[in-house]
Amino acid sequence: MNPVNYLYLAALLFTIGAAGVLIRRNAIVIFMCVELMLNACNLAFVTFARLHGNLDGQIIAFFTMVVAAAEVVVGLAIIVTIFRSRHSASVDDAGLLKL
Amino acid sequence: MAFPLLTLTAAIPAVGAVATAAVPAGRRTAAKWLALAFSLATLALAAVQLVRFDPGGTSQASSSGGAKGPFQLTESHAWIADFGVRYELGVDGIAVVLIALAALLIPFIMLAGWHDADPLETRSSRWRPTQGFFALILMVEAMVVISFEATDVFLFYIFFEAMLIPMYFLIGGFGDGAAEHGEAGAAAQRSYAAVKFLLYNLVGGLIMLAAVIGLYAVTADQLGTGTFSLQEIVQARAAGKLDIATTTERALFLGFFFAFAVKAPLWPLHTWLPNAMGEATAPVAVLITAVVDKVGTFAMLRFCLQLFPEASKWATPVIVVLSLISILYGALLAVGQRDIKRLVAYASISHFGFIVLGIFAMTSQGQSGATLYMVNHGVSTAALMLVAGFLISRRGSRLIADYGGVQKVAPVLAGTFLVGGLATLSLPGLAPFVSEFLVLVGTFSRYPVAGGIATLGIVLAALYVLVLYQRTMTGPVKEEVRGMPDLRARELAVVAPLIALLLFLGVYPKPVTEILDPAVRHTMSQVHQADPKPDVNDVEAAK
Amino acid sequence: MENLIGLLVLAPLLGAGVLLCGGRRLDRSGPWLGTLLAAVSFALGVVLFADMLGKGGEERALDVTVFQWVPVGGFRADVGFHLDQLSMTFVLLITGVGSLIHLYSVGYMAHDERKRRFFGYLNLFLAAMLLLVLADNYLLLYVGWEGVGLASYLLIGFWQHKPSAATAAKKAFLVNRVGDMGLSIAIMLLFTTFGTFAFDPVLTRATDAGEGKLTAVALMLLLAACGKSAQVPLQSWLGDAMEGPTPVSALIHAATMVTAGVYLITRSGAVFDAAPDAQTAVVTVGAVTLLFGAIVGCAKDDIKKALAGSTMSQIGYMILAAGLGPIGYVFAIMHLVTHGFFKAGLFLGAGSVMHGMNDEVDMRRYGGLRTYMPVTFVTFGLGYLAIIGFPGLSGFFSKDKIIEAAFAKGGTEGWILGGAALLGAAITAYYMTRVMLLTFFGEKRWQPDAEGEMPHPHESPRTMTVPMIVLAFGSVFAGGLFSINDTFLKWLEPVTGHEEGHSPVSALTVTAATMVVLVIGVAIAWAQYGRRPVPVTAPRGSLLTRAARRDLLQDDFNHVVLVRGGEHLTRSLVYVDHSLVDGVVNGTAASVGGLSGRMRKLQNGYARSYAVSMFGGAAVLIAATLLMRAV
Repeated sequence: MNPVNYLYLAALLFTIGAAGVLIRRNAIVIFMCVELMLNACNLAFVTFARLHGNLDGQIIAFFTMVVAAAEVVVGLAIIVTIFRSRHSASVDDAGLLKL
Repeated sequence: MAFPLLTLTAAIPAVGAVATAAVPAGRRTAAKWLALAFSLATLALAAVQLVRFDPGGTSQASSSGGAKGPFQLTESHAWIADFGVRYELGVDGIAVVLIALAALLIPFIMLAGWHDADPLETRSSRWRPTQGFFALILMVEAMVVISFEATDVFLFYIFFEAMLIPMYFLIGGFGDGAAEHGEAGAAAQRSYAAVKFLLYNLVGGLIMLAAVIGLYAVTADQLGTGTFSLQEIVQARAAGKLDIATTTERALFLGFFFAFAVKAPLWPLHTWLPNAMGEATAPVAVLITAVVDKVGTFAMLRFCLQLFPEASKWATPVIVVLSLISILYGALLAVGQRDIKRLVAYASISHFGFIVLGIFAMTSQGQSGATLYMVNHGVSTAALMLVAGFLISRRGSRLIADYGGVQKVAPVLAGTFLVGGLATLSLPGLAPFVSEFLVLVGTFSRYPVAGGIATLGIVLAALYVLVLYQRTMTGPVKEEVRGMPDLRARELAVVAPLIALLLFLGVYPKPVTEILDPAVRHTMSQVHQADPKPDVNDVEAAK
Repeated sequence: MENLIGLLVLAPLLGAGVLLCGGRRLDRSGPWLGTLLAAVSFALGVVLFADMLGKGGEERALDVTVFQWVPVGGFRADVGFHLDQLSMTFVLLITGVGSLIHLYSVGYMAHDERKRRFFGYLNLFLAAMLLLVLADNYLLLYVGWEGVGLASYLLIGFWQHKPSAATAAKKAFLVNRVGDMGLSIAIMLLFTTFGTFAFDPVLTRATDAGEGKLTAVALMLLLAACGKSAQVPLQSWLGDAMEGPTPVSALIHAATMVTAGVYLITRSGAVFDAAPDAQTAVVTVGAVTLLFGAIVGCAKDDIKKALAGSTMSQIGYMILAAGLGPIGYVFAIMHLVTHGFFKAGLFLGAGSVMHGMNDEVDMRRYGGLRTYMPVTFVTFGLGYLAIIGFPGLSGFFSKDKIIEAAFAKGGTEGWILGGAALLGAAITAYYMTRVMLLTFFGEKRWQPDAEGEMPHPHESPRTMTVPMIVLAFGSVFAGGLFSINDTFLKWLEPVTGHEEGHSPVSALTVTAATMVVLVIGVAIAWAQYGRRPVPVTAPRGSLLTRAARRDLLQDDFNHVVLVRGGEHLTRSLVYVDHSLVDGVVNGTAASVGGLSGRMRKLQNGYARSYAVSMFGGAAVLIAATLLMRAV
C-alpha cells in the first residue's frame, strides 16, 4: 500500500481532533480530541520515517507519547479538580481569569 | 585620590532625604529642621565648589589620570564596565553656577513650604506626610545636583529620569487646597496634573533613551569599545576618530532634544507645566520651574550642542521659530489666565522660550545671556511665585478675580509681589533685564527678524504682570481680603534675600558672568561658531 | 569732581531706598528727608556747574566709568557717566525743579497717610532721571529710561484704591513699553553696527555706518521718544496720567520725564543728522503732535487734562525743533527748559486750586478764584503769559526761535512746518486763555463735592506757594536771560552744534506773525468764555469738540483694535491651548485607552475561542511559509 495514504489518514484524524477541540464544551472530550491530534501527528511522523528510510520520525513519536502521557496526568488532575469544585466539566464555565 | 567634592554635594541631600524620612511620626518639627540643615549643608558645599572652581583654568587632572577639557573637580570611576558606563562627574562654569542656584533655592523653598504638609498630618499617623514632603524635596535636590555634574551620558540619563519619581509624588501628594471644585475635585485635578507631568517626561525620556543607546552603538561600532563619556566622544570627534553620519547625528540630536524640550518646556510640548504648577503648592511649583526645568535647558547646552554640533546648527532655524512661538504664545496665554499660578506658569514658558532662543542663537551674548537667564529666572520666579503662594494661602483661592485691594491691607506683601513681578517683566536694575537683553542682542546680531519679534515679548510681559498686579493688589478692598495679615517674619525671611539677590545681580552681574563666560566660549568653539562682526569694526581700535 | 557725579545719582537713590524700606518710623520725617536729599543733589549739580563754567567750551565734558556692568564676550556695558553741557542743563533742571516740587509736596501731601512712600517714589524718579541724562552709553540710558517709567507708574497709580488711577498707571507703563521696545531694538542695531553702544564711538563715528542702518536706528529712537514724550501715535497715556497726584504731574508729566524723548533725539543728533528720512519723520511727528495736543487741550474741562494736552503740544514743538537738526537742537532744549519752568508752575498752580476746591478738577465749576487765591493767581498768570509767548517772557523767546527755525528748514517743508507751528501758537493762546478765564475770572460756579460740602477756597500753605513763586520767576526771566548775547546757544553749541538756516522770511516777520496769531487766539477765547457766562455742564459741542474731548478718538481706536482685539486673541489662544495643543495630547491618551479597551474584548475567557485564534494563527503561519516557498 502507498504510504502516502497514511498521511491522508493522519490529516483526517488531525482535522477531526481540531474540530472536536473547537466545537465541544466538555473538557474531557476536548482532552480526548487533543490526544487524537497528537496521535495524528505521531502517525505522520512514523509515515515520514518510513518514507525517508530513517528513524528520526519514530524517535520523535516516542517523545510525543511520553509527553502526552505526562500531559494526561496533569490535565486530568486539573479537570477532576475543576469538576469537583464546580460540578461541571464545561470549559465555558471556567472563565475566572477573564478581567 | 582627590577629595570627592562633587559626589559629596549630591550625596549630602540624598543622605538628608533618608534621614528625614526616618524621623518618627510625632517629631515633624524636628524633621523640618533636619531637612533644612541638610539643605544648608548642601548650600555650603555648593559654595565650596564655587570657591574651588577656577574660571580661568581649563582642567585639573582627574582622579583617573586624565582627560583635559573644560571640566574641573572631576571624578571618574568605572561603573558598568561591560557597557562602558562610567561614574564621571565634572563641572564647568555653567554647571557650577546652576548647582549653586539649586542649592540656594532649596532652603527658601523649604522655608516657604514650612507648613505645606501640615494639613495632611491629621489623616494618618503612619504616613508621615511632613517627613515625606521634605525628604522628597531633598531627593529632588540630590538628583538635580548630580544631573548638573554628570559628564557621562548614561549617568545623566538615569538621574534625569529618576527625578520624575519624587516630583510625581510632590505634585500629586501635596496641594494648596485652593481649587475651584472642592477637596475631591482638587485631588482629582492634582492626580491628573501629576500623571500628565510623569507621562510627558517619560515619553521624552524614552525617546532620549533610544538616542542614548544609538549613541553607544555608534561609538561601539567606530571606536571598538562603546562609551557614554561626553569627554571621550567629543575628543574622538575632534581627532577625527569618530565620524557620525549626518542623518544619524540628526536623529540622535532630535532624540536628545525632544527630551530636553519637554523638560524645558518648549512649545508645543508645554501643556504639562501649567497643570503641574497650578496644582502643586507654590514651593513645589518653584521647584519645578526654577530648579528641575533648568536641567532641560542646561542639557541642551551641554549635550545637544557639544555632542552634535552639526545637527544643532542644522536644527537651529526650526528651534528659533519654536522658541519665538513659546515667547509670544506663553505671554499671550498668561494674559488670558484667571488663575494666578497658571499665569506664572505661562510666563515661565515665555521665559524658557527666551532661554532656548539664546542657546540656539549661537552667539556668545546669546548663550551667556541664556545661562545667566537660567539663574535669574530661577530667582525671579521664586520671588514672584512664593509671594503668590503666601497670598493664596491667606485667602484660599487661586483665582485672580477673588482678590482686590490687597495693597491697602498688606502693603509689604503687595510690594514684594510687585518687585517679583517687575523682575519677571525684566525691569532694568533687576537681574533678569541683563540676561534678557543679552539674549535679545545675541539673537538680533545673527537673526535680526527673530530678535525684533522676540522684543515684542517685553511688551507682553509688562501686560500680564501689570494686569495681575492691578487686579489683585489695587482697587477697592474686597470684603474677603479685609483683615488679611501682612507678611510674617518667616515669609519675609524667604522673600527679602531673593529680592536682594535680584537687585545685586541686576546691578553687578559680573561675578556670575565671569564664571559663565569661559564655559560659554568653550561651547561656542565646540559648535565652531564665531560672533557676527559689526559693520564698523574698527571702532575699538579707533578708541 | 568726577566722584560728585556718582553722588548726584546716589543721593536720591539712597533716599528712595531708605524711605521705601524704612518702615513706619520714617512716616513723619520721611518727607523732609526726601526733600533734603533732592536738595543735596541740586547742590551737587550747582557745584559741578560752577566747576564746568571755569573751563573752556570744548573741555567741559567730564567722563567717569564707575564699574564694568555687563562684561560678556564682545559685549561690554559699563556704568559710566558723561557730563557735558547738555546733561548739565538737564541735571540743573531736574534737581532744581525736582527740589521745588518736593518742597511743594510736603504741603500738598501733608494729610496723606502714605506720604513716606510718595517721597520714596519721587526720589526714585530723580535718581532714574539723573541716570538717564548722565549715562555715557545707551544701555545705561535705557536703565534710567525704564526707571523713570517705573517711577511714573508708581506715582500715577499712587492712589491705587481708585481703579481709574490703577488703570491709568498700567496704561502709561504699557504704552511706554512699546516705546521702550523701540529703544531696545535701536540699541541692538547699534551693537550689530558698531559693536558697542557707548556714546563716544557711536556718535563720533556715526557717518561710517550706512544710511539705511542709521535711518533704522533713528526711527527706532523716534519710537522710543514718542512713547516717553507722549507724541502721536503713542500719546494716549498722558491724559490718563493726570490721575496721579498733582506734584507728580508737574514734575514728571510736564517738566522732566516727558521731555526725555527730546533729550534722546538731541543726544543722538549725529545719528539723525546722517539720516534725513528719519528727520522728516521726526518733524512730522512733532508737527502733528503739537496740533493734536493743542486741539485736545481746547476741549478738556478737566484743568489737569487741559494742561496735559498743552504739555503734549509743547513737547511737539521741541520734537519738531530737534527734528530740524543743528538748526533746532539748541532751541529745542531751550524751550524744554523754559517749558519746565512755566509748565511746572502751571501744574503747581492747578494743584493749589484743587487743594482749595476740595479736589475738584472740572474748570466749569471754578470761576472767580483770583480774589481768593492771590498768590496762585499771580504765579499761574505769569506761567500763562509765558506759555502763550507774551513778549519778554520765557516762552516768547524759546517758542519764537522754534517757529523761526521751522521756517528756516526751507522749501515747502519749511512753509508747512512753520505754518503748523504758527497755528499751534494761536491755539495755545486760545486754550490757555480759556483755562485762565474759566478758573480765575467770571462768576463763581462752585458746586458741592461728593459729600455735599461746598468748597471754601483759600490760599495754600507756604511750602506750596514758595515753589510756585520761584517757578514764576523762572517763567518770567529764564528766556530773556538765555537769549541775551545768545548765552544759551553758546553754552550748548559745543555739544549739539548749531547752524543758521536760510529763512525765507525775516525773523522780524515771524515775530510779528506770532504776535498776530496770539492776539487772535486770546480774542476768540475771550469772546467765548470771558464775555458770556459759562454753563456748569458742558454743552454738547461740535463734532470736533466732542472728538477732542475723547482725545480725538484715539482711545476708542485703541480700545476697539488693541484691547478688544487682544482680548479676543488671548481668549482664543487659551481655547486653542486647551483644546488643540492639550487636546492632541489628551486625544492621544484617550485613543490609546480606547484601543486597549477594544483589544480587551478579544480576551473573552472562552478557551475555545482562544483555540480558534491559535488554529487561525497556525494556518496563517503555514500559509505564509508555503507562500514564501512558492515565490
